[in-house]
Amino acid sequence: MKRAITIATGVATAALFATSAYAGTLQEVQKRGTLSCGVSTGLPGFSELDSHGNMTGLDADVCRAVAAAVLGDASKVSFKPLTAKERFTALSSGEIDMLSRNTTWTLTRDTSLGLNFTGVSYYDGQGFMVKKDLGVNSAKDLDGATVCLQAGTTTELNVSDYFREHGMKYTLVAVETSSASRSAFDSGRCDVLTTDRSQLAALRTKMADPSSVVVLPEIISKEPLGPVVRQGDDQWFNIVKWTLYALINAEEMGVTSATEDAAKTDNNPGIKRLVGTEGDMGTKLGLSADWAYNAIKQVGNYSEVFERNVGVNTPVGLARGQNALWTDGGLQYAPPVR
Amino acid sequence: MSQTDHTDQAQSASAKTVIWNDPTFRSIVSQVLAAGVLVWFFYTIFSNTLSNMERQGITTGFAFWNSTAGYGILMSLIDYDSTDTYGRTFFVGLLNTVLISVLGIFFATIIGFIVGVARLSKNWPIAKIATVYVETLRNIPLLLQILFWYNAVLRTLPHPRDSLTLGESIFLNSRGLYLPSPVPGLGFGFVSSAFYLAVVVVFIMVRWANKRQEETGQQFPSFWASVGLLIAFPGVVFLIMGAPMTLDYPALKGFNFQGGIGIIPELLALLWALTFYTATFIAEIVRAGILGVSHGQTEAAHALGLRNGPTLRLVVIPQAMRIIIPPLTSQYLNLAKNSSLATAIGYPDLVAVFMGTTLNQTGQAVEIVGITMAVYLVMSLAISGLMNWFNKRMALSER
Ligand SMILES: N[C@@H](CCC(=O)N[C@@H](CS)C(=O)NCC(=O)O)C(=O)O
Repeated sequence: MKRAITIATGVATAALFATSAYAGTLQEVQKRGTLSCGVSTGLPGFSELDSHGNMTGLDADVCRAVAAAVLGDASKVSFKPLTAKERFTALSSGEIDMLSRNTTWTLTRDTSLGLNFTGVSYYDGQGFMVKKDLGVNSAKDLDGATVCLQAGTTTELNVSDYFREHGMKYTLVAVETSSASRSAFDSGRCDVLTTDRSQLAALRTKMADPSSVVVLPEIISKEPLGPVVRQGDDQWFNIVKWTLYALINAEEMGVTSATEDAAKTDNNPGIKRLVGTEGDMGTKLGLSADWAYNAIKQVGNYSEVFERNVGVNTPVGLARGQNALWTDGGLQYAPPVR
Repeated sequence: MSQTDHTDQAQSASAKTVIWNDPTFRSIVSQVLAAGVLVWFFYTIFSNTLSNMERQGITTGFAFWNSTAGYGILMSLIDYDSTDTYGRTFFVGLLNTVLISVLGIFFATIIGFIVGVARLSKNWPIAKIATVYVETLRNIPLLLQILFWYNAVLRTLPHPRDSLTLGESIFLNSRGLYLPSPVPGLGFGFVSSAFYLAVVVVFIMVRWANKRQEETGQQFPSFWASVGLLIAFPGVVFLIMGAPMTLDYPALKGFNFQGGIGIIPELLALLWALTFYTATFIAEIVRAGILGVSHGQTEAAHALGLRNGPTLRLVVIPQAMRIIIPPLTSQYLNLAKNSSLATAIGYPDLVAVFMGTTLNQTGQAVEIVGITMAVYLVMSLAISGLMNWFNKRMALSER
């Protein structure tokens, strides 16, 4: 009986005080000593376990950069694999501190889902992939096709918009994970696999015969992918946002993980502010002066992260394209650190 | 020892009792308190959740119900396209759940009864096969079985171009099973009217036969008479009308088969797995039920001159049913709830569609999970209610 009472009061107090749970994500992460970061269940180049059991990929490295900025150690991340359906609930319930899982920034997600997108780590658009022997060269020829995709994504919405706009019919097979959609496509359950083009490239690397498929030329949507946090914690929002910007700014200033120590004594005041030898940028974020230094040193600048995970020399093999810096004709543009 | 002693004691005791020592009073107070704590507890959780969500900027309420869903669904029993509302996705998912549950319960019952009886068969191979079936499928997790049928069996089927076919009218391929669908022609109305008429006649005939048997003891072969009537009467009308029905054959057009009836592989795999898994439990329940009727009953029936068939049908089964129905109800409930494993292979049931995609697109977890839980509760209560009613009808009626 006594035990029952203790448990009951415990639960009741937990329920009562749960109210104040989401205020200081920064303090909580620091107290815990690890950053809990939501990633995908496996998408080559973005977030996937390698053969040693390490989480690798561009999205995973964004988590690492935040851990380096906040905790001074990029390895202090606990990765939570999440399906498309699970990701937002996991974030709003406080199970993860941030989400970095090829997630598209949309108005609905930014408002009524109670989330905040902190920037764009990869500019993408939705595409279609078909088997070569189907003999289809354009998405406009897909009338009546069976389409595989992942449930709980913008992909689902775009594809129905696209087919409707072009007066075409389709059958939609919505599955839970990217590996399920890949194997459904591989085994012939559907004629078309659709998702963001970067993910098509990533999934292609895992196909039984990558050369047997083609990506159709049409890009049917805008998919700005970026890290996400909960609404209502502006300090944490700023930290995640500016960590990503620090990586992009570092590329623009030519600071890499290798040259960073030398950059500490650089004459360029902008670089000094970034690496923390001048100004009090860290304090303004509630972090130490070397926040960006740690992130760049341990994870690398945006270009390093990109080339290492999804660049032309990786199996995924994506060119910088839209993701080049604005100074190179791309869209990546970070506000100044000052 | 004497009566008066007792009353005296009781009286003096109650006189002395202060109100908080009075058992009735105490129990009322403690129950009121417990109920109060419970209400307060849930209220706190509820209001906390709502205020937490509000602070996080998450939209609450049911306004989403009428906004456009914007996504497509693989299979729907009612008209649905992506311009319909989230509310409609609920009904699409619900009907798909009901469909799989009803079909599953139907087939699992039939197979379960057959296997249950087969396990008791005196024919050694039949009894052994039934035992092996029950012991293996019962002990493999259901999810694994679903994935097996879906990935290992249905996925290896050929592309629509190379479909397996039965007489160019039934096709099986990786997109599903395609059957010809009957299209009633001019004058088919007479055939269906003939069938309804036959139903009415059968109903009257059975009542008459039962009454006659009770009064005179004379038997009438109502079963065979009914079957004959139900088939022959509409059949004759069908022929007289010049067979007013054509078949719409499925045919490969473009990417997929069009026309006929298409059954998606997700439905086939889920139905197959749910049926054969649940049937093992039903078989055991049936076996226990039959064994639970004491052998004396059979002997008595034989002594009265009943042969084996009527003994089983008239003496053993009615008594076994009383043992079978309550646990059978649990199996039905399990099957209905297990159908939510559909998500694993993308069969668009309530959980996959409404609690999956709709929840994800709207973010309204509390409302949607609440509604879904309520649906399963209502569905389960409906099944129990139906089975309890059936149980009452089967129960021993004393005369
Ligand atoms: N960018 C889209 C799609 C994101 C998405 O989930 N894509 C799938 C397509 S392959 C994926 O990454 N899945 C990985 C997984 O299942 O964990 C969105 O935010 O809704």
